[in-house]
Amino acid sequence: MEFIIAILAGVLFATGVYNLLQKQLLRIAIGTGLISHAAHLFILTMGKLKRGQPPIIVDNITNYTDPLPHALILTSIVISFGVTSVVLVLAYRTINENKTDNMEQLRGNEYE
Amino acid sequence: MLPIHLAIIFPFLTALIILLFLRRFKKIHLGWLVLIVPTILFIQLSTYIPKIASGQTFRNEMSWIPTFDINFLTNMDGLSLIFGLLITGIGTLVILYSIYYLATDPNVVQFYIYLLLFMGSMLGVVFSDHLMVLYVFWELTSISSFLLIAYWYQRKGSRYGAKKALHITVIGGFFMLVGFLMLHHLTGTFQISEMITQADTWKNDPLLTWIIVFVLIGAFTKSAQFPFHIWLPDAMEAPTPISAYLHSATMVKAGIYIVARFTPIFGGETIWFLLVSIIGLLTLFWGAFTAIRQTDLKALLAYSTVSQLGLIMTLFGVGSLSFHPQFSLEGTLYTQAIFAALFHLMNHSTFKGALFMIVGIIDYQIGTRDLRRLGGLASFMPISFTIAMIGSFSMAGLPPFNGFLSKEMFFTSMLQLKEMNIASITSLQTMATFFPIIAWLASVFTFIYCMMIVFQTFFGPFKIQNEEEAKEPSFGMLIPPIILGSLVVFVFFFPNILGDHIIKPAIYSIYPNVTADMIGSISQWHGFNTELKMTIGIIVLGTIIYVYLTYFKKVYIVFPRALSFDALYNNTLDKLDIYANKITNFYMTGYLRDYIAFIFSFFTVLLLGVFFYVDAFAFSIEGDATINIFAWILVGSIIIAGMTILFASSRMTAIIVNGYIGFAIAMFFVLFRAPDLALTQLVVETVTTALFLLCFYFLPEWEKEKPARKTKITNIIIAISVGVTFTLIALSVKSGRLFESISTYFEKSEELTGAKNIVNTVLGDFRAFDTMLEVIVLFIAGIGVYTLIKYKDKVEVKHDENE
Repeated sequence: MEFIIAILAGVLFATGVYNLLQKQLLRIAIGTGLISHAAHLFILTMGKLKRGQPPIIVDNITNYTDPLPHALILTSIVISFGVTSVVLVLAYRTINENKTDNMEQLRGNEYE
Repeated sequence: MLPIHLAIIFPFLTALIILLFLRRFKKIHLGWLVLIVPTILFIQLSTYIPKIASGQTFRNEMSWIPTFDINFLTNMDGLSLIFGLLITGIGTLVILYSIYYLATDPNVVQFYIYLLLFMGSMLGVVFSDHLMVLYVFWELTSISSFLLIAYWYQRKGSRYGAKKALHITVIGGFFMLVGFLMLHHLTGTFQISEMITQADTWKNDPLLTWIIVFVLIGAFTKSAQFPFHIWLPDAMEAPTPISAYLHSATMVKAGIYIVARFTPIFGGETIWFLLVSIIGLLTLFWGAFTAIRQTDLKALLAYSTVSQLGLIMTLFGVGSLSFHPQFSLEGTLYTQAIFAALFHLMNHSTFKGALFMIVGIIDYQIGTRDLRRLGGLASFMPISFTIAMIGSFSMAGLPPFNGFLSKEMFFTSMLQLKEMNIASITSLQTMATFFPIIAWLASVFTFIYCMMIVFQTFFGPFKIQNEEEAKEPSFGMLIPPIILGSLVVFVFFFPNILGDHIIKPAIYSIYPNVTADMIGSISQWHGFNTELKMTIGIIVLGTIIYVYLTYFKKVYIVFPRALSFDALYNNTLDKLDIYANKITNFYMTGYLRDYIAFIFSFFTVLLLGVFFYVDAFAFSIEGDATINIFAWILVGSIIIAGMTILFASSRMTAIIVNGYIGFAIAMFFVLFRAPDLALTQLVVETVTTALFLLCFYFLPEWEKEKPARKTKITNIIIAISVGVTFTLIALSVKSGRLFESISTYFEKSEELTGAKNIVNTVLGDFRAFDTMLEVIVLFIAGIGVYTLIKYKDKVEVKHDENE
């Protein structure tokens, strides 16, 4: 299972990076989302996908899945949500101000 | 008696006092006040002369950075005393001269502050016994010289000259610093005096050659030796007192001081002798040869300074031979070379100082120093003429002036070099033949340009329009050159006063084993020997060439200015600018895509490279969980969804598919028994999708991007290699686990915290600090979103107000 998930995370990462390399702001925003999904899956996989019980203590059960990656991912999800929302609003604002979402036209000129 | 520490600090303190209290000092010229400083110092240093002559040395120590063994150590011996006397003596005269020269200049406060800084740092250079302290003062002289050259900063030439001088001397200074640090590494001490006593213990170290080269680069750049001499003529944009002081008498001799000071340490090395003497000789010749070409009097004097410094350098090179193990028997003869060097060093300061001051006077009175526009001033300015003649004839090496004595001694040393048994140094035998010849030729050129100074300025037709201006300046301005000019003559008639009391002690500080009778004394008449014949030859040939100078100047066509070292310097700077720009523009394209490509390619190459290099790839599916049908479906659908985004034809499809991936991830969390994650992921994904849809309304239509084929292929390659790297590393990490997880501890959550949900106790109890900061992140994001939407650009607000 870990093997498959690692490959899936790799594919997500690759599609995310490909989106980042595009010109449209929306594509870049989606790319960042895909990369964070890949990272979350990666963290989860590294915590071993052993089949155990959900990490909620119930009497007579000793075999739980690893709770630490869950906590880390939970933090990460929230943070990436915050960042994504800022990115989206930033994109909205950029397009509003500059009337374009093409990164090549948004290129800064250092001699201005 | 003034301790030497205070002597160094005194000028700095005075500069500070002027800066703080006397800025508005208007009633009398500030120079009169400043004049006190070098006068006191000169008198104080003079009191040391008899003590130093009797063989005493004076050491002082002041703690500075004891942890790094850096202390303010001073050492006063004969060698430092010579330089100390020059700095303070010429300093006194120069300040006196500048009082008249800059009488009407409004910025004179700055002038004197810089000058005092320079004087203090120069004293620091010559009296320091600690390498690092020496280096500090060394750089301070560079900086204060920079400030002084650019004193008239409104002029382009001044700024150019100052920058050039700073570039060259500071680069040389850095080399010297590296040399000093290597020397410290080799010897384990920073003290020069200690190094001298231990000089034999590390004679054969391979590092020594590098140290010598680096230290000499520092000395050569400062002393304007070939090919670093190019800054000196451009430094002539400085006010004339500065040219007289820094660029003839003191700063340019700092390099010579370094060479003299380190002769006991490095003198035994062949490379030291070769570098110092050959570069010196080359500089001597090239400086004299180029000086004839100049039409600006100050540039001419600058090249003559370069040439004379080369002469002194050559003598020090030859003098160092007496430390060479093979020649220690003939050492006395080489000691004479050092004597000649020090003697000429003092003579040069006197006559060159006087000449610069006279040129300054001509410039000040007539308004030009261009040789082509000057002429016939002898009858209008008799005193200046007399001093200029004394200075020039002394420089040319004619009797009855001090230059004659030092030039004869120079020839003696050059000729002795040939007589010595030096065949053992590779190819030196043939070289030794050339030494006197080149030296003699250079002296012929020296003779010619000295005649140019006198005859083209003071004889011939009078070319100045306004005859009123062609008169002697105020007497005060003439005092310093008169003093220097009289010294030139005085030293010729009584050379041994100088020799016995000042130069011989200096030689003892270089060669501790030498006694007074080994050096002998200077005599004006030394028989009708080869040296005298050489001098006669100079006069004859020099006069002939001077008469036919216009024809001789055709020689310079062979050396066009486009091939000079100046052109090399300028081109190097220009090209550096151009190529640095090109390189930066090559990778700083301004396109986000390029930067992302760079970053990801770099990391891919780095990570894969490191993994290959340490052979860290590992792969095992041992202990993996089994795969069920749900997982297969989810994996397959996510991959398809990911591809769909890439090929989606509308933004709606892309957003929805993106949302699908988020929900599929949530399904994975369900599958992997992570209920909290699944919940959060579902909620967050919903909100994110809603946000995307919100933006949908404002964002432009999804464009089918059609990048160039090449870009597209690069993008694909980068994306795939990043994905592959990620997967490979994930698999290797997974397969190589070393320790058991610490999570069993968290399973005690109920007994420790009283809660059953382990993930929530980790978030809220065990690692609550993360959660707190994560809340802050959300908070900041919220503020950011609010601000971005709410607040407009200030420019726009203004614009609105105007409407």
